[in-house]
Amino acid sequence: MRILVNDEQREVTNTTLATILNELGYGGARIATALNGTFIPASQRDTVTIMEGASLEVLAPMQGG
Amino acid sequence: MEFYGTQLASRLMLGTAQYDSPALLAQSVEASKASVVTVSLRREAAGAQAGQAFWSLVKSLGVHILPNTAGCHGVREAVTTAHMAREVFGTDWVKLEVIGQGDLLQPDVFGLVEATRILTEDGFKVFPYTTEDLVTAERLLKAGAEVLMPWGAPIGSGRGLNNIFGLRALRAHFPTIPMVIDAGIGRPSHAAMAFELGFDAVLINTAVAKAGDPVRMGEAFRLACDAGLAGYAAQPIEERDMAVPSTPTLGLARGLAVE
Repeated sequence: MRILVNDEQREVTNTTLATILNELGYGGARIATALNGTFIPASQRDTVTIMEGASLEVLAPMQGG
Repeated sequence: MEFYGTQLASRLMLGTAQYDSPALLAQSVEASKASVVTVSLRREAAGAQAGQAFWSLVKSLGVHILPNTAGCHGVREAVTTAHMAREVFGTDWVKLEVIGQGDLLQPDVFGLVEATRILTEDGFKVFPYTTEDLVTAERLLKAGAEVLMPWGAPIGSGRGLNNIFGLRALRAHFPTIPMVIDAGIGRPSHAAMAFELGFDAVLINTAVAKAGDPVRMGEAFRLACDAGLAGYAAQPIEERDMAVPSTPTLGLARGLAVE
């Protein structure tokens, strides 16, 4: 199915957030996720299911003021 | 000084953006003796290592971490970003920015109050980036903030303390609330002035990161903070409109005739 990852179209085969993050290559990275604008805690990634057309945000630490 | 019950060794806080290299950032933090650094979140492509490398660097600095919600223009966006930052950085501190005006990066104080209330209820310790407005400050405190971060001038402008009257009034109205002058400080003298006015801490980023010699500027800010703090503790004299002679005039040979 096609989903948006950080505003880019991606084709994924898995359905849970955890498996999709692994499929996309984020496994083990220190990241936080939001699905359709709602924060999804790491503890829920195994149970949250992603639907066709969903918008996934994957954020990592960066410099800030 | 304490923020939310956490004792801090230094009243200088540094942003981590805009340095030419991670090494320069680390050296500047060390030279400034900052006790807190601000950090943020960004989108990262799978396999990219920049975020992970930055996280390792920040941890190695041995200072408190204050994540921000920079770039957020709405309450929902700021609240979501705060939750993401809490998970990534492992702290419930958040420097809350809800930007309302793009050119001046002026806080949307209405959204700021609402986001402060929501995040406080969610267990966050909120550091709202606000203006010097008294009523807004009162609302932020009622919404749960225990620290305020009034601006000196627009972010990155280097203009110092634009409204000294307003900042003095804010300090006087809330004498026990920890307050950090955030944004607009361009020179060490601006930081010293913030402490002379009785503020508790300063947050600086551009003025150090973009200085010709950031490490030396970090040290200069450290010295300025110490000087301003000592000056405030020593109770400065009141300003006067007219001259008052400092040299005693008693006994001057005023009446002597000149041949």
